[in-house]
Amino acid sequence: MPRNNVLAQSVAAIGSGATHGLTHFGRFWAFTAYAASFIPLELITLRGWRRFLPQCYSIGTRSTPVIMLTGMFIGMVLIVQGWAQFDAAGFTDRLGAIVITSVCLELGPVLAGVMLAGRAGGALTAELGTMNVTEQLLALRSMGADPIRYLVTPRFLACVVLAPLLTCYADLMGSLGAFLVFVAVYGGEAEPFWFYVRETVQLWDLGSGLAKSVFFGGAIGLVSCYNGFHCKPGAQGVGQACTQSFVVSFILILVLDLFLGFLLNGLYEVWFGFRPLI
Amino acid sequence: MELRGVSKSFGPQHVLDNIDLKVQRSRNTVIIGRSGTGKSVLLRHIVGLLRPDHGEVYVEGKRIDTLGERALVPIRRQISFVFQLNALFDSMTVVENVGFPMRENTAQRVSKKRIQELASKCLHLVGLEGFENKRPAELSGGERKRVALARAIAMDPPPKVILYDEPTAGLDPQRSDVINKLIRQLQEQVQVTGIIVTHDMRSTMEVGDRVLMLWNGQFIVDGTPEEVMRAKEAHVRRFVEGAGEPTDLVTWTR
Repeated sequence: MPRNNVLAQSVAAIGSGATHGLTHFGRFWAFTAYAASFIPLELITLRGWRRFLPQCYSIGTRSTPVIMLTGMFIGMVLIVQGWAQFDAAGFTDRLGAIVITSVCLELGPVLAGVMLAGRAGGALTAELGTMNVTEQLLALRSMGADPIRYLVTPRFLACVVLAPLLTCYADLMGSLGAFLVFVAVYGGEAEPFWFYVRETVQLWDLGSGLAKSVFFGGAIGLVSCYNGFHCKPGAQGVGQACTQSFVVSFILILVLDLFLGFLLNGLYEVWFGFRPLI
Repeated sequence: MELRGVSKSFGPQHVLDNIDLKVQRSRNTVIIGRSGTGKSVLLRHIVGLLRPDHGEVYVEGKRIDTLGERALVPIRRQISFVFQLNALFDSMTVVENVGFPMRENTAQRVSKKRIQELASKCLHLVGLEGFENKRPAELSGGERKRVALARAIAMDPPPKVILYDEPTAGLDPQRSDVINKLIRQLQEQVQVTGIIVTHDMRSTMEVGDRVLMLWNGQFIVDGTPEEVMRAKEAHVRRFVEGAGEPTDLVTWTR
């Protein structure tokens, strides 16, 4: 193949990819703004609550066991990984405080978000994608019902409201799991464990984690619903959309975590100054 | 209802080419044609689910192809659509599916009791009494088609227009006859304007007041069912007789 053609095709492919990406980026934000515009209407009507509450059950209640389990094991593993080093330095009493601070600030919200993206996000995309390919979304439109108000807004709202609550469960179980391993496996003492946790872990740590989880929940809800609404036809299209939902949600969680981390740390230092943990 | 100079393409495929159609009120207009010729696409333009690349669409004298989704709501609430794939809501029972248009029509509040009564009556009309609490996944293809039809007619007051996309597809001859009679009854007794897309010539003869055939994006015949059956145009003749086009026939050679 002549070099010019390969070069031209490569440039064309990059241009096409960029155009495609920008189109989806713009369309996604228009979709988000439209879905968000219905939130006040949904919250002041009985019908809106009748759509919202079942989503709270399927997204929140049914995700609770797996998120609690995830939180518990994270707390346990962090104690396992940290015990030897802290023991060598003579700071085992402070290990619990460091672990629980890490769980509240980072691991609780991030892992709860990832579990939510995998469990609920995939299910949302599959449900809405199937409705899309079987013309149920068209049927809603033809009856004068707005599919975005009817389907997306309650799911988005449920993800935003429940992500922090699920993060609370993850943080709680992470703390209890850490304590269990600290005391039962390594023979640490309970009183110094909780003393240093009280001294070190602040409301700011918990609040930062919960604030991040709100953004994570919103990203998961919107990305999952958007991919369901715009999936390609057929079972393969729905399957691809589910995979894409999880991958994009996961990447967004990591990116948001980074930027929110910068922001929240910066705010803490401006308002309260440096905080030594050890 | 009127389409003026409507053209629609999907990529390189031209589906509708400068279509003009004026639908007569309170009559059944049947659109026939081969699979993939754009009949469903045409139907979707009427209710604003698709917008034409060129041309205009009018409903009750009002141009709708330029209206936004919210402005289309009052127009869509007067029109029912029976989808080719039925489009029943999987998360709802049969009676919830049938009562959905009435529940969502916030402009006219209908009591729960009235919705339940009307939904049950419409299920009885299509021969599905006792199916109220089943879910679409538990139904056969023919049963789903009948639920979709019941949903289209279960409105208080009845819809002014019903669009039927293959209403008898997947039904046995006896059930098809019941559906045809129901479509005819709606038109005669309730003055519903019907636009029916179908391949079924028997259905066309029974329900149609006017028949048009779509070929290569344009109408090639327009008349009463009897006129269409006697039409001399070759494509129309072959379609009504159920004969394949010469270019369709493939010779397999060893």
